[in-house]
Amino acid sequence: MDLNHYLILSALLFAVGAVGVIVRRNVISILLCIEVMLNAVNLSFVAFSRYLDQVHGQIFVFFVMVVAAAEAAVGLALAIVLYRNRRTLNVDDADIMKW
Amino acid sequence: MIEFLWLIPLLPLAGSAINGLAGRRLSKSAISLVACGSAGLAFLAAAGVFYGLLALPPEARHIEQAYFSWIASGDFVAGAQFLLDPLSAVMLLVVTGVGFVIHIYSIGYMHAEEGYYRFFSYLNLFLFSMLVLVLAGNFLLLFVGWEGVGLCSYLLIGYYFDRTSACDAGKKAFIVNRIGDVGFVLGILLVFATFGELEFGRVFGAIAAAPSRYPAETAGIGILTAVALLLFVGATGKSAQIPLYVWLPDAMEGPTPVSALIHAATMVTAGVYMVARCAPIFSRAPIAMEVVTVVGALTALFAATIGLAQRDIKRVLAYSTVSQLGYMFVGAGVGAFASGIFHLMTHAFFKALLFLGAGSVIHALGGEQDLMRMGGLRRHLPVTHGTMLAAALAICGIFPLAGFFSKDEILWSAWAHGHPWIWALGLTTAGLTAFYMFRLVFLAFYGEERFSEDTRHHLHESPRSMTLPLVVLAVLSVVGGFVGLPAWMGLGPSRFEHFLEPAFELAVPVQAAEYSHGMEFAFAALSVAVAAAGIFLAHRVYVARPGLADEIAARGRGLYTLLFHKYYVDEAYDRVFVRPLIRSSEDVLWRALDVRLIDGAVNGVGRMVQAQAQLLKNIQNGLARSYAAWILAGGAAVLLYLAFLRG
Repeated sequence: MDLNHYLILSALLFAVGAVGVIVRRNVISILLCIEVMLNAVNLSFVAFSRYLDQVHGQIFVFFVMVVAAAEAAVGLALAIVLYRNRRTLNVDDADIMKW
Repeated sequence: MIEFLWLIPLLPLAGSAINGLAGRRLSKSAISLVACGSAGLAFLAAAGVFYGLLALPPEARHIEQAYFSWIASGDFVAGAQFLLDPLSAVMLLVVTGVGFVIHIYSIGYMHAEEGYYRFFSYLNLFLFSMLVLVLAGNFLLLFVGWEGVGLCSYLLIGYYFDRTSACDAGKKAFIVNRIGDVGFVLGILLVFATFGELEFGRVFGAIAAAPSRYPAETAGIGILTAVALLLFVGATGKSAQIPLYVWLPDAMEGPTPVSALIHAATMVTAGVYMVARCAPIFSRAPIAMEVVTVVGALTALFAATIGLAQRDIKRVLAYSTVSQLGYMFVGAGVGAFASGIFHLMTHAFFKALLFLGAGSVIHALGGEQDLMRMGGLRRHLPVTHGTMLAAALAICGIFPLAGFFSKDEILWSAWAHGHPWIWALGLTTAGLTAFYMFRLVFLAFYGEERFSEDTRHHLHESPRSMTLPLVVLAVLSVVGGFVGLPAWMGLGPSRFEHFLEPAFELAVPVQAAEYSHGMEFAFAALSVAVAAAGIFLAHRVYVARPGLADEIAARGRGLYTLLFHKYYVDEAYDRVFVRPLIRSSEDVLWRALDVRLIDGAVNGVGRMVQAQAQLLKNIQNGLARSYAAWILAGGAAVLLYLAFLRG
């Protein structure tokens, strides 16, 4: 298992998450896909950390986890507000912020 | 005393500022005190300066005082500088003296007016501008005063701004004066282009010092003739000469003291003053002098004939003013600048008096200006009648009143300097003047009373503040001519002319033919006889046989209507200049240029931006997923660029 295997897995995970963000309409699904993307990045960090024998990457991962937790809190709060106001979780129905 | 010269214009300016800024909160007596006080103090200062000047020997009577440099740009320097010489000293006394008297009169005349403080603020501002005009030591400062008096004239003609006719008259005065000012400004620019200087002393000095470069232009039109003609265009506007005289009769819409001060005694004489001031230029430009003379003589006759048939008391006086201004230009045009200024001074006395007297009549009749609804007023208004009679005799040129000496001086100069036709025109005008002036006096003060019973009850002689100025001006109209007793009386040369000589020393003297004093006396007697004949005729027509006037008018119906409608000059100007201008402004400037071109360009730019925005706005569709896709695409593009294209 060399570095490339980790990176390919990470890239695949990121692509899955990105496509999910674009394709899915449900707010919860989109938030989950964002989590997938963040963790794909975390995987790269950890792999590089191990490969380069440096601790920086792992420290970054902790930061990303903290941000992800915050993001989840805010994102879920938004989802609740959206549902309360519009009785839906479909993001395409929340499109009034336009010209 | 002369060092206080700067104080003279500054006093009225201070009065104007106080009344203009705080007048709303001041009582009427405080406003009168400020306005008349500043005018009176200015007169005292002017008198002091005048005596200071008299104390100097004649050669030293040319004092220039520079206060600060106003514009300094490269070679071009214009300072705030005053020039005191006999010419400006005479003007100072006339402007402040007559101005002060008219300020006093206004207290009584305007007492019931709404904008009392506004009136006096403008009146003081006018005095300031006029004093700047006569004291200016260079062309540019002269122009400042010139425009300042024009502004005040506009403001005061339109004093009753709720009356459409007054607003129109104000605009007319302003616009007609602008036409003249185009010539005036071009003249000043030509002076600067030629001499690189605008100071009177230096420009005239340069002309006099280099007779080979600036000879008397007898042969053709040279630079001096061009300058003189352009300056004279300005004078025809300000001093109401043909063809720009049309604004002055309409200017009578203003309050009567304004007509007396601005449109009779002082402002309208600014053109004559300017020509006299530029005597060194004019006297070297015989063609321009010829133009000045002919325009003056024709205006004198033309306006006098219109004056014969006017019914409005102030309009008769307005045409009389135009006519008398023509006389002054004749005096200047034949090279007798001093006699022009002499007539300017005496005219300021008797014409101001005539206007103030007319104001007193109008005041007594509760605003009536139609001569046909007056009559028999001499019993009701004894002071007004007596003083106006003196003024009328003075303007007719009856010996020994002021007008006799000055008018006769001009007529004699015209003859002696070789203009017999101009002399004949002037003499005819003198006869007409006597006729229409006594027509006014007889219609207003003699004969049967033609006003209503209602008006009769309100009839009263004017208050002391109005009659006192009348008496003062009447005294001046009677004795004012004695300062310039002509040589034929055997008392030596005219003292007035002698006093003014230093102001004209750089001018080229006109070659006058030698005549005996007996001949001069005969001419004077002739002009008095013509004036007396005019008065006698007026008496026959309007007093002895009251029906005769209508009979004559009926017989010469065509001529009478022509005169009554002022030769239809206003109508002709309207048809030829005003209406084509309005129409071209509406059709070309407004509908084509403004609406199509300018508005079209502005709206087109707006529509273009809007059309582009229609395309671009589709990107902002409010769908979070599409934004995410754009971000992703952008990120991918950056990555691709970094990975492949940047190498």
